[in-house]
Amino acid sequence: MITDITLGQYIPGNSILHRLDPRTKILLTFAFIAVVFITENIIGYVLIGFLLALLIKMSGIPFKFILKSLKPIYFFVIFTALLNLFMTGGKYIVSFGIFHISREGIILAATMALRLIFLVAGTSLLTYTTSPIVLTDGIEALLKPLEKIKFPAHELAMMMTIALRFIPTIIEETDKIMKAQSARGADFDTGGLIKKAKAMIPLLIPLFISSFRRADELALAMECRGYHGGEGRTKLKELRFKKLDLTAFLVFTLLAALCIFVGKFNLFYI
Amino acid sequence: MIEINNLTFTYDTCREPALDGINLTIKEGEFVAVLGHNGSGKSTLAKHLNAILLPSGGTVYADGINTADIKRLAELRRLVGMVFQNPDNQIVASVVEEDVAFGPENLGMPSEKIRERVDYALKTVGMYEMRNMAPYNLSGGQKQRVAIAGIIAMQPRYIVFDEPTAMLDPKGRQEVMQAIKALNSEQGITTVIITHYMDEAAEAERIVVIDHGKVIIDDTPRMAFANVALLKKLGLDVPQVTELMFRLRGEGIALEYNKLTVDECAEELKKALKKQV
Repeated sequence: MITDITLGQYIPGNSILHRLDPRTKILLTFAFIAVVFITENIIGYVLIGFLLALLIKMSGIPFKFILKSLKPIYFFVIFTALLNLFMTGGKYIVSFGIFHISREGIILAATMALRLIFLVAGTSLLTYTTSPIVLTDGIEALLKPLEKIKFPAHELAMMMTIALRFIPTIIEETDKIMKAQSARGADFDTGGLIKKAKAMIPLLIPLFISSFRRADELALAMECRGYHGGEGRTKLKELRFKKLDLTAFLVFTLLAALCIFVGKFNLFYI
Repeated sequence: MIEINNLTFTYDTCREPALDGINLTIKEGEFVAVLGHNGSGKSTLAKHLNAILLPSGGTVYADGINTADIKRLAELRRLVGMVFQNPDNQIVASVVEEDVAFGPENLGMPSEKIRERVDYALKTVGMYEMRNMAPYNLSGGQKQRVAIAGIIAMQPRYIVFDEPTAMLDPKGRQEVMQAIKALNSEQGITTVIITHYMDEAAEAERIVVIDHGKVIIDDTPRMAFANVALLKKLGLDVPQVTELMFRLRGEGIALEYNKLTVDECAEELKKALKKQV
């Protein structure tokens, strides 16, 4: 019933983007988000579009996957664009009934839509080129300094690791319980929303109980393997900044500066 | 050496003691099987060997470390490893080698050293080729071998297996038993296996049968399985060979009891047949 379990949306590969340190990628993704927000005019967005296209080309991720990642926000993009298109004041170009479209409205609608698309496409590039495990390692390393102010960076990363590890196990178990309950006459597929929700109870309760038991056993097994929290723990694969990461930072900073410069200061008076 | 002196243990939820005056000494390099019916206390005993449970009365020492000594808990856990029944609930990471590395990582070893231990442990259980796979793509027997590798990577002197094959199919059971036997004979790791499969127990050097929290039999498999009537009374099976000999004796055929392997049994039957003719 539930087959083909893929975790996250990582697509294995060996491109420059794949080989970068996860910390580099996370930081640059945030920088990218900042650039998108700072940029205000359409020329800036065209530049960012070029930058993004270049990154996608470099990553070797097929373009249709990027489009797929945009699917959940299509409605949102269109809604925002329409809202901006009709609600922005200024000198109206077209008017019909109560609807007026101004030049400013068109520009604002376009920039808003592009902003959203760039944000999602840019961040999805991070998850497409970084495996969840490596991503977790990167997040842990970046949050490490916050441990000084008692932020539980290691615990957070450990929770994510375990969650990732147990997703397939729990899905498998859900499938098993569903089959067992179906064999005894449970019906998960017919009826209205309320009936379907009620049918989930005999599925969820055993699942919860078994998950708690699993958690208990796992905690015991971890303790037996000497786990005592993050203090003094080392890693099989230590993260290391390479030359490639430095280059990536430099190139990205240059391009980002260009985008901001063009995007912030209206050079061409559009 | 693990020394158990007059060990008693009572669960909070239960008035009857789960362990009732156990005295056992497990010597270095031994391969001990602990047998018992459900609820006999065999798992409870196993959990005392690395301080998952602490004695209500009596003491447990592993290489001179008292398991009740909380200050030496980390040392004790490194000395006595434990493999549990369900491999799924022991594997922490989503890549085989990362999981095996979990123990050494906790010990704070440098990463080159961890790499050495991980590779060695995976080779020992024959899972090295699958080091980059995700555990959920492995069979039960393979997963349990990964769990065992995770313990080996900590280089313990003793490993306690708590029904390591109970959730596996026959093929998985065979794989895991082979790995366990090799650990004992090739690596010299002292092995304690809790089981209710007689065929597995027959592989050990020594069998300890527990019932109602007491040691009933403590002997070599050969001698232990000779007590067929007693074992049956305790709700335990005997290996098929022993069962056959037992029944034939019941029919009045003069046979030696203490035969364990199929070959020995065949030999004994041949002899008996010659005598009859």
